[in-house]
Order: sequence, then structure tokens, then C-alpha cells
Amino acid sequence: MANINKDSLANTFLIAVFLCLVCSIVVSSLAVTLKPIQQLNRELDQKKNILRAAGMLPADQNVAADGRSIEELFAEFTVRAVDLQTGEYVDDIDVASYDPIRAASDTSNSVALSSDEDIATLRRRANISLVYLKATPTGIEKLVMPVRGYGLWGTLYGYLALDGDLNTIAGLGFYQHKETPGLGGEVDNSKWKASWQGVRLFNDMGQPQVKLVKQRSASNSDAASYEVDALSGATFTTRGVENMVNYWTGDGGFGAYLKRLKSNGLVQG
Amino acid sequence: MATQKEVLIDPIFNNNPIALQVLGICSALAVTINMATTLVMCLAVIFVCTMSNLAVSLVRNRVPTNIRIIVQMTIISSLVIVVDQVLQAVAYDISKSLSVFVGLIITNCIVMGRAEAFAMQNGPWLSALDGFGNALGYSVILIGVALVREPLGSGTLLGYEIIPTVANGGWYLPNGLLLLAPSAFFIIGLFIWAIRAWKVDQIEEPEYEIAPNGQYANGRHGEAV
Repeated sequence: MANINKDSLANTFLIAVFLCLVCSIVVSSLAVTLKPIQQLNRELDQKKNILRAAGMLPADQNVAADGRSIEELFAEFTVRAVDLQTGEYVDDIDVASYDPIRAASDTSNSVALSSDEDIATLRRRANISLVYLKATPTGIEKLVMPVRGYGLWGTLYGYLALDGDLNTIAGLGFYQHKETPGLGGEVDNSKWKASWQGVRLFNDMGQPQVKLVKQRSASNSDAASYEVDALSGATFTTRGVENMVNYWTGDGGFGAYLKRLKSNGLVQG
Repeated sequence: MATQKEVLIDPIFNNNPIALQVLGICSALAVTINMATTLVMCLAVIFVCTMSNLAVSLVRNRVPTNIRIIVQMTIISSLVIVVDQVLQAVAYDISKSLSVFVGLIITNCIVMGRAEAFAMQNGPWLSALDGFGNALGYSVILIGVALVREPLGSGTLLGYEIIPTVANGGWYLPNGLLLLAPSAFFIIGLFIWAIRAWKVDQIEEPEYEIAPNGQYANGRHGEAV
């Protein structure tokens, strides 16, 4: 057979080209065939995280307690793009494909943050972000916002959900982080996440006041309503989460938008 | 000539790729925090190792010697991408928690080692068996490590609670060390110890004797000064 001249230059090139051709055809045809399913998986995963943050989907299940599917639950939400500076809705953006995290690295669509306003260590923030609204004819029932902030090892990415009064936290959940398992990684602990429910966000001045504390204030005091238990052994993660919530609900984040919603009490769309 | 049974069974305990050859440690540390990711990783390595050995063996007589490593790499990486893409399509949650480690099967020394050491010299059927056997040996150790790490590190097995932890109102305070990569080193070390206590012929000869203290007290090379 070809054993005699298998080391020849011609054969070397022939084998190399042939192998590359076969491998690339296999890999690319598979990638193209599976792409729609993968895209669907990614979208479903995002919806799942939004619903979990809003407390509408149990942590380890893919159907709600009343048996409704992720798609059915998510259909109640409207996705809108919001200009964070003005707090106005932006209509000329395709919300299905817009990614505020990717936009943050595009200098024409984002702003650099100065060190004193950048408490969540983001460096840049996109001008436009998305919000997920669950509205009833009488007003807003749930509002979910994408949030991110630096913990100990890296950025935590998640969703923060507010109740209809836009002053009470309905839930917080992370879909990606690099915190130490067992310490900072406990941000995924369902018991701790449940402790965010009902926490008050804004003080009388309209500033976000959430604090993660070692020792809760007396339970009937005003201060206690802004407090969440810190994670033991995870000082930096805790501080990161606190700054993240206060940044995104403050003037640097969705503050203008939240104020506008409260003042006109209207939900468009 | 090795028999089929030897080729398949030997790598599990007699010539285990992790315990005796000490290959593939990287992923053994990274993915064994919980059993679900471990099992998927094992299946992925079994698929890649078997198929790459088969493919390399099929082309072994045509491949020029000077590009054989590149040929093996190309075959292995293509198979790994196939696994990665399929996982993202059918088991998205698990593929997310395995993240880069599926891609890193490419650099798993076991896969490449078997392709170069065995599949380049043996027929397709025997090579496939060898790949399968070695991946099985890898899997046995990985599952063993996960069996220690998940229950003691988070009180669960395959996500089901088996030891009630303090955080969930039970009595067990999980050992955080077992959630970190170094713990797998200790567990693999204990496994190697256990295997070598059982199969004494695996104990390696010391490469040199440590000289007793004081031998060179007189000066260099032991000469009296």
C-alpha cells in the first residue's frame, strides 16, 4: 500500500488537507445543526433566571408550583429598553438581541464610570439597559432588572426583582459568578436568597440604603427593614453584593427610571 | 500481544491512568465537586477517548510520522468540539457548570497518551477497547473522588440531600476544604495508597537512596580532610 511513500512531502500535504477538510466539515455541520437548539437553551436559561429572581419559579424545578411552564410564565413579562440617564423607554432597539453587558464594552454606547460613582467596580456601564415588567391593568406587579457587580474573584451577574411598590425587593439571584464555593459561593444558597424578600430599598431621601450586616438591628426598628444577613466568611462578596444592589437601584443605575415610574405611576406598553 | 480482556480491564486497577500513570489530574480536581458534572465529564472522556483511539488507529498506516501528533490533536479536538456542542444542546445546565473543562479534554494527557502509545501501533478494535478501558479507569477514580467530595462538602449526592447541613436546619457543618480543588489531591493520594496496598507490584522503586546523615561530614565526596 502507500506505506512506502507515506512520509513523502506530497503525502504529508495530502493527508493534512484531507484531515482538515473532514474534521472541519464534521464540526461545522454539527455546530450549524445544533445552533437553533443551543440558542433556545440560552434564552430559556435567561428566562429561568429572571423568573427565579422574581420568585415565580422554584430553585430546582423547571415548572412553577401551579404547573405552568417557563414560557407561559415569562409570557406575562414585557421586555423594555430603558435609557439609564433619562429613565425613558427607548423604542428603536431590538430587545430580543440587545445585550447590555456587551454594550458596556462598546465605547459609543456606554459611559466610563468615575471611581467615586463606580461602587460596584464595573468600569463601564451601557447607556441603555433592559427591564422585565410584569404589569397588570392597575400597575406594576413585578419589575426585574439585570445587575452585576464585582465580588472577590470576579463579577457577579444576576437579576434583582422589585415588588410593585418599587421599594421592596422581591428577590435576587445570580446566574454567573466566581466566588469561593462554600463561602462567597453561598450567594446561591436558597435560604439566603429568600432572606432578600421584603427588604426595603429606599430611605426617605430616595437613596438606596440596603445593608448586609453581621448583626441585625432590633427587628421592629426602621434600620432592620433595610438589612440582610451578611455571608459568613465572605466579607468581599458581601460588600460586592451590597454595593451592586445600591449601585443599580441608585442614580448610576435604574434610579432615574424608578423615580420616573413612581412619579407618573404609568406603565407604558 | 495483549488480549481484548486485558486491554479493557487492565487500565481500571492494574494500570490506572490516574492512580498509576498520574495523568489527567487537572480535570479530576476541577469537576468532582458534584456527582452530576462528574458523570457527564466521565461520559465525555469515554466518548472522546474511545473514538479518538479508533480514528487514530484507522488512519495510522497513512499518517506521515512527522505530522502524526498534529493529526492526533486535530482528531481529538474535533471530537471534543462535537461533545461540547452536543452538551450545549441537550444538557445546557450541566454544560454551563462544566464550562471550560469539556474543552480542556483536548489537553487531557490520557486521550493523547493512549492515541500515541497504543492506537498508533494497534488495530482499530483493540484500540477502541483500550481507549474505552482507560477512560473507564479515569472514570472510576473521578466517581470515587466525587463520592467523597459531594456528600462531605455539600451534604448532597446527585443534588439529593443525604446529610442534613446546618444551613438547611440539620446538624452537619460541611467541610469547605472538600469544595476546593486541593481536597481532590488528598483523596486521589489516598486512593493511590489504597490501590498500592492492595496491588503491591505497583509500588515504585525509590529512584535513589537518601544518604544517612553525617556521611559527608568530613567534606565533599566523603574524602577525609
